[in-house]
Amino acid sequence: MGETEFAVIGGGLVGMAVAFGLQREGRRVTVFDEGDVAYRASRGNFGLVWVQGKGVGMPDYARWSRLSAALWPELAAELQEDTGLDLELRQPGGFDICLTEEGLAAAAARLDTLHTQLDGDYPFEVLGHNRLREMLPAIGPQVAGAIYGPEDGHTNPLVLLRALTTAFTRRGGAIENGAPVRDIEPQSSGFRIGSDPGWRAEKVVLCAGLGNAQLAPMVGMHAPVKPNRGQVLICERVKPFLPYPTAQIRQVGEGAVQIGDSKEDVGFDDGTTPQVMAAIAKRAVRIFPLLENLRVVRAWGALRVMSPDGHPIYDQSRRHPGAYLVTCHSGVTLAASHALRLAPWIAGGAPPVPYLETFGAERFAVSPPA
Amino acid sequence: MPNDSRFRRLPDPGRRAVAIVFDGRAVQAREGDSVAAAILAAGIAVTRRTPVSGAPRGPYCMMGVCFDCLVEIDGMPNCQACMVEVREGMRVRLMAGARGPGADLQGSKADD
Repeated sequence: MGETEFAVIGGGLVGMAVAFGLQREGRRVTVFDEGDVAYRASRGNFGLVWVQGKGVGMPDYARWSRLSAALWPELAAELQEDTGLDLELRQPGGFDICLTEEGLAAAAARLDTLHTQLDGDYPFEVLGHNRLREMLPAIGPQVAGAIYGPEDGHTNPLVLLRALTTAFTRRGGAIENGAPVRDIEPQSSGFRIGSDPGWRAEKVVLCAGLGNAQLAPMVGMHAPVKPNRGQVLICERVKPFLPYPTAQIRQVGEGAVQIGDSKEDVGFDDGTTPQVMAAIAKRAVRIFPLLENLRVVRAWGALRVMSPDGHPIYDQSRRHPGAYLVTCHSGVTLAASHALRLAPWIAGGAPPVPYLETFGAERFAVSPPA
Repeated sequence: MPNDSRFRRLPDPGRRAVAIVFDGRAVQAREGDSVAAAILAAGIAVTRRTPVSGAPRGPYCMMGVCFDCLVEIDGMPNCQACMVEVREGMRVRLMAGARGPGADLQGSKADD
């Protein structure tokens, strides 16, 4: 029977950011990673460090995302110093490209609402075709315009995961690989992790992505997360032509072009379909016609971890103190907030922001408690 | 670049000679050769330089898997030389680093 202070369930970007943050606070941490049978959203995502458009309906989520984007250079510098790995972090601002005037107007209206809800503290610009072409000369004639978010950026998500894992273990953290956790049992003090004899942990942090839905009730919490599939295409490496990330297409550090931003509700099927691949490729060519002749070298599907309103859930169990829940669909963007702000709170510190309770799962209660 | 190839052709008098050009140099191939086979038989070892470090690479797996034999063929960048058959007068060039995103094609779409 193993013994640890903090058991972090899930070795993806959320779990590793929290685990790294806890280890950084001098805690004793063991990460339990299911293995490669897991859905692995952290290996399949798009790599954006993205602010714009997040928080419509929950302005605190916009605040939290902006905080993380602002903390990202600190996280990247620290991980780079710890590990020598270049996370390819670039935050030059980013574009959400719209192919129709209606789409552009709707996106602008959403951000206007957010701008008002945040008392005017929310930077963005609406660019028509001509102004956009000055910044992105490669756009095609069918592009109506774009929203520019000056705080947006991107990184290499695979290097991020490797850097978090490396920094965590170098600081003394332990990772149990191939260690799926199907049971968590609260005990008079602490928790038993896994079936008998299992591990003993003083505290447990659920960072298991879609697996949180099953695990949370075992420790008196609620994690109504469901999968939403995105398909991704990778084109061959080309010379730099796209100096900014966009919500639909980005050029990665070594030159390959990544195309994504499809959304499908297909349960736990993380495969690809010719229809969706063709649709996102076609849209990419309308946005940047020079992509027409590029070869696609890889494609995959991956499952977003979506709560009913799309926003993160951060919670602690009232019935079983010492159990925490951290789940979101933006493990890249929020990695800095998770490592540098949320983990110190889980380690026993004060809430990092006054609005932390906004992210509790109570907001999904069907009827208010009597 | 050595002129003497380590590869030896099997005697095969039935196959017609096909002339192609690699980086301005005439290469005698045989009908049915892949571009990679013709290049190796001519003693050419380096067919591309990598986009990231510029390191030299040449044909390796000869079966479409390793992508180390990328060349430009008749204006089309990043062609797998091992998967394309030689054609009379074909112009092959060393693939130097990353291709352009599209402008370098000059409308000369190859038909591989």
